Amino acid sequence: MAHTLARLVESIVEATATPYPVDRYLELIDPMITWRDTRAKITEVRRQTDRSVTLVLKPTRQWKGHGAGQYVEVSVVVDGVRHRRFFSPAGAAQNTDALELTVTAHSGGFVSRYLRENARPGMVLGLSAASGEFSLPAQRPARTVLVSGGSGITPVLSMLRTLVAEGHRSPITFVHYARTPEDVPYRAELDALDRTFDHIDVQFHYTRTENAEHFAPAHLDGLADADGAQVFLCGPGTLMSAVKEYADERGLSDRVFSEAFTIDTSPVLDPNEPITGDITYTKSDVTTPNDGRTLLEQAEAAGLDPEYGCRMGICFSCTKVRTSGCTRNILTGELDSEPGQHIQICVSAPVGDVEIEV
Amino acid sequence: MAINITDYFRPETATTKEINLSYEQVEQLGNDLDELRARIVADLGESDREYLYTIIRAQRKLEFAGRAMMYVPFIPPIWLAGVASLGVAKILDNMEIGHNVMHGQFDWMREDTYNSREFDWDTVCPGEQWKHSHNYMHHTYTNILGEDRDIGYGILRMARDQKWNPYFLGNLGYATALMLLFEWGVMLHDLEAENLIQGKRKWSDIKGLVKGMWRKASKQVAKDYIIWPALTGPFFVTTLIGNAGANLIRNVWTYSIIFCGHFPSGTQTFTAEECQDETKGQWYVRQMLGSANIYGSDLFHIMSGNLSHQIEHHLFPDVPANRYPEMAPEVEAICEKYGLPYNTGSLRQQLGSTWKKIAKLSLPNWMTRDDNDIVVNIERTPAVENAA
Ligand code: FES
Repeated sequence: MAHTLARLVESIVEATATPYPVDRYLELIDPMITWRDTRAKITEVRRQTDRSVTLVLKPTRQWKGHGAGQYVEVSVVVDGVRHRRFFSPAGAAQNTDALELTVTAHSGGFVSRYLRENARPGMVLGLSAASGEFSLPAQRPARTVLVSGGSGITPVLSMLRTLVAEGHRSPITFVHYARTPEDVPYRAELDALDRTFDHIDVQFHYTRTENAEHFAPAHLDGLADADGAQVFLCGPGTLMSAVKEYADERGLSDRVFSEAFTIDTSPVLDPNEPITGDITYTKSDVTTPNDGRTLLEQAEAAGLDPEYGCRMGICFSCTKVRTSGCTRNILTGELDSEPGQHIQICVSAPVGDVEIEV
Repeated sequence: MAINITDYFRPETATTKEINLSYEQVEQLGNDLDELRARIVADLGESDREYLYTIIRAQRKLEFAGRAMMYVPFIPPIWLAGVASLGVAKILDNMEIGHNVMHGQFDWMREDTYNSREFDWDTVCPGEQWKHSHNYMHHTYTNILGEDRDIGYGILRMARDQKWNPYFLGNLGYATALMLLFEWGVMLHDLEAENLIQGKRKWSDIKGLVKGMWRKASKQVAKDYIIWPALTGPFFVTTLIGNAGANLIRNVWTYSIIFCGHFPSGTQTFTAEECQDETKGQWYVRQMLGSANIYGSDLFHIMSGNLSHQIEHHLFPDVPANRYPEMAPEVEAICEKYGLPYNTGSLRQQLGSTWKKIAKLSLPNWMTRDDNDIVVNIERTPAVENAA
């Protein structure tokens, strides 16, 4: 009864606002009062290292928390444009009232650099529900090996903190690769965990110090191959492939779980270079070499027939999602390579490899 | 044949001034406009976003105030202010927000709702259908007889080249009805009712359209004529009347502004043959000659969704409308450079000449005089190619 009544009130409220989502009204009063959207307010900003910023966020009531290892999509407006990026919360899964993100500012990372420089308490960010398969199994491993590199630390740190918070007592080894000791966020906390708990062992390897240490089999021998061990791995591509190769050689591949750590943007190519690459039409499952013409013309030449109207960039009938790659708007010359963007294919020419939902 | 100049001469046209544009001039004009566009687009950013959100905030406040004032129908001035406030909110919603957002003018913000894919406005016409009839059909084929269905909306005779028949004696009456019921006219536009009646379009073609209209219109009608009136309890009837009044205010205003965009004297229509294989430059010239501006205050421009800058809008339909005022003098200068007319006038003038045209065109051409006194001849193909 109460439920039906609530549903009734809900549909009346929505009908009074039609055709707009109720949130398009509420956000003008206070962006943290939301009807359906999830958002989060920054409550704390810490700059633990020279290249990173740690944000503590207070999400709106729609937030359901995250599983250790999962990621969320965060959006932020920079110079009038909303940018969306994925980040893995670093906090323990038990903490559902707050959300902790540590963002590393990569040299090419537009959003990460913006946050590193401009994040301040009170700022409101867009937030999605957590998702992703990379997480601890419900039946906790007998031995847990967490391997991370650079900003890949956040999902595995979340796993470690979650295990600590639930009083998990079987052995955990945390192996982290960083440029220098100063470049490790949470180093004090990790050292403290290492000292406090006998079953937790933390090891750091530094790749840009005098005795640079990149991944070597010795780092995991006796750990990854121990009985009942499960390895959770997140970091840059080089580390991931080195560890996977090691696991393959030792026949341990089925106990390694990993998540690729993605850099903010795919590279922007120079449009003056000779035309290269392939165009993949994901919905039609067709791939053709890029000949430099607009995506609409090339799709048609490939025998597809995507919807269009004006063919000159004014009607927006031809808008499609570019899942990856870089395109040039032939009207403005602007290059764009943010994945998941809607583009007008009649005035967009691919630069290099492009995947488009056609 | 040396130079192929399309002949605009029509039997009834009394011409006093002819303007000739060479192929190269038209292309050069196209480059000038492209350059202007590039400059503005490169500069879009935070302030344009702020502009849109300022208008949205104003719209929401006016809407809220209007709905709230419906609770005091026993103090007539307040109730009337409520009707006016809601009417203005709907005008802002449809013109400066809806029309412009659905043109993709703010797609670069990558914002939810306020983009050309997701936005739908506070009127009975589904945004999805309007984008087809307006963004595609009207903006691509502006003022081409037989292709641009905004010429007369399939009901009116709006150009001398449209064949006259006795039905058009009612031109003024149809125009008045269209003005009062404008939102419904806009909704039905995509059905091409006249083609259905004449059997040029099959009823089965429109099934999807009708479904979309039903879905959208029923929600709109429920909101203004059932839910909000019911929420004012004992004042159900007065609120219903007030909401209808607000919709009417919006209809009359939007109709008036929109009809001033392409129909005042001096605007030209084109034939499909003329426009075949048009270059971008030729497309620009057609947009300029087919559109007309209205001058007025900043507030007036906002209330008209900047469609008072119809010429700029037709040249650059996806550039944020708040940029049209700064582009207008440059466009006018470009017109001057090529000796082209830049059609602008006060609301009174443009509205007056539009209604005069509606009245005149209810009669067959031999009974009235064409007062379009400027004829522009556009060289459609490069001279060299033809000379060879
Ligand atoms: S087809 Fe009209 S914008 Fe692409």
